[in-house]
Amino acid sequence: MHEVDMTRCLLLSMNEWKQQHAPRVPRVDRVHLQVGTFTCVEPDQLVLTWADAVRGSWLEGAELVIEPVQLIGRCLRCQATYSPDPESGYRSPCCRHPMEEIVSGRELRIRSVAYSCPSPIPVG
Amino acid sequence: MHMPLEDNLGLNLLAANQHRAEHNRAHFDAWNLLCLNVMSSPGAGKTSLLERSLAALSSRWSMAVLEGDMTTQLDARRLEALGIPVVPITTGRACHLDAAMVSGGLKLLRQQLDPAELDVLWVENVGNLVCPAEFAVGEHRKVALLSVTEGDDKPLKYPVMFREADCVLITKVDLLPHLPVDVERIEDHIRQVNPRTAVFRLSASSGEGFEAWHGWLVDQLSAVRSTPTLVSA
Ligand SMILES: Nc1nc2c(ncn2[C@@H]2O[C@H](COP(=O)(O)OP(=O)(O)OP(=O)(O)O)[C@@H](O)[C@H]2O)c(=O)[nH]1
Ligand SMILES: [Mg+2]
Ligand SMILES: [Zn+2]
Ligand SMILES: [Zn+2]
Ligand SMILES: [Zn+2]
Repeated sequence: MHEVDMTRCLLLSMNEWKQQHAPRVPRVDRVHLQVGTFTCVEPDQLVLTWADAVRGSWLEGAELVIEPVQLIGRCLRCQATYSPDPESGYRSPCCRHPMEEIVSGRELRIRSVAYSCPSPIPVG
Repeated sequence: MHMPLEDNLGLNLLAANQHRAEHNRAHFDAWNLLCLNVMSSPGAGKTSLLERSLAALSSRWSMAVLEGDMTTQLDARRLEALGIPVVPITTGRACHLDAAMVSGGLKLLRQQLDPAELDVLWVENVGNLVCPAEFAVGEHRKVALLSVTEGDDKPLKYPVMFREADCVLITKVDLLPHLPVDVERIEDHIRQVNPRTAVFRLSASSGEGFEAWHGWLVDQLSAVRSTPTLVSA
């Protein structure tokens, strides 16, 4: 269900972005989203929710491309970075230290928008 | 002309919620109160926790509750029975509270009382172990509950909640004699994901563990009150 909320956040951001181009309405081809694996978002689910949400709107046809970002922790005992596996837990494999620092994996970020813009509306 | 273009945004999806949360937070700081966001999966014991803590602390502190129960007003009624002001928050069908919903709850609260007279404002979030962790509402501290009946693998399966928590309460420990769970393992799993969080074991049925938990609350209130406020509401 949270994918619905995340889609709403995404649409809000996209609508704000559209305002910057007013009065023209950009035609969006792709929205490139970075989603950390240490977030509550399931990428596949989000893509489905997005397709539903944009149907019939100015974003119809825009593809949502999700770039997953691996969870990387840093062991504060030896400074090594590691990628925890939820099956075996979050301690560092080197020193069995708890996951103190997260280097990446918390991202929920619109990286870029690929689009084209119609010519300015002729005045008069 | 249809030139293909690309805008690099680098925009956090949660930025709008974050801004609203900061606005709420500025109000909380101006009112000089401690705001707690209480989260767990459905039925882990949030309302039972509040019932016992409100009863124990109401002679000492002035408190109110923003109640995010999504389907019924039952929880609100259980708490009102204690003489504590309770504002039900309308969530629509959302599976978590966000900063705008809490801001709406604050408006209603201000019709009832002057929040500057409060010491502690509790927010009972919607029962859900997943996304409430991602949506700040302006709270000073996040409190996550995990009941011993949920099994010891929950902190590994739903790590974001436990990572974000400032305090994790392992609840319903009165049931431990009847369950094949190892509470040490639960605690170890929590600490793997978040070594900085406070962890308490308690039972709202027997009252076990509440003294330590209330001690933590006293510390948080004085920490919040001794922090100079930089922003004004
Ligand atoms: N044995 C035992 N049962 C408890 C304890 N705390 C709560 N319960 C029971 O657990 C059930 C759910 O408790 P609630 O306090 O309503 O849980 P909640 O987290 O507020 O639930 P939602 O708001 O619906 O998500 C109730 O039947 C409580 O009586 C406890 O410490 N011990
Ligand atoms: Mg409840
Ligand atoms: Zn949600
Ligand atoms: Zn190490
Ligand atoms: Zn305001």
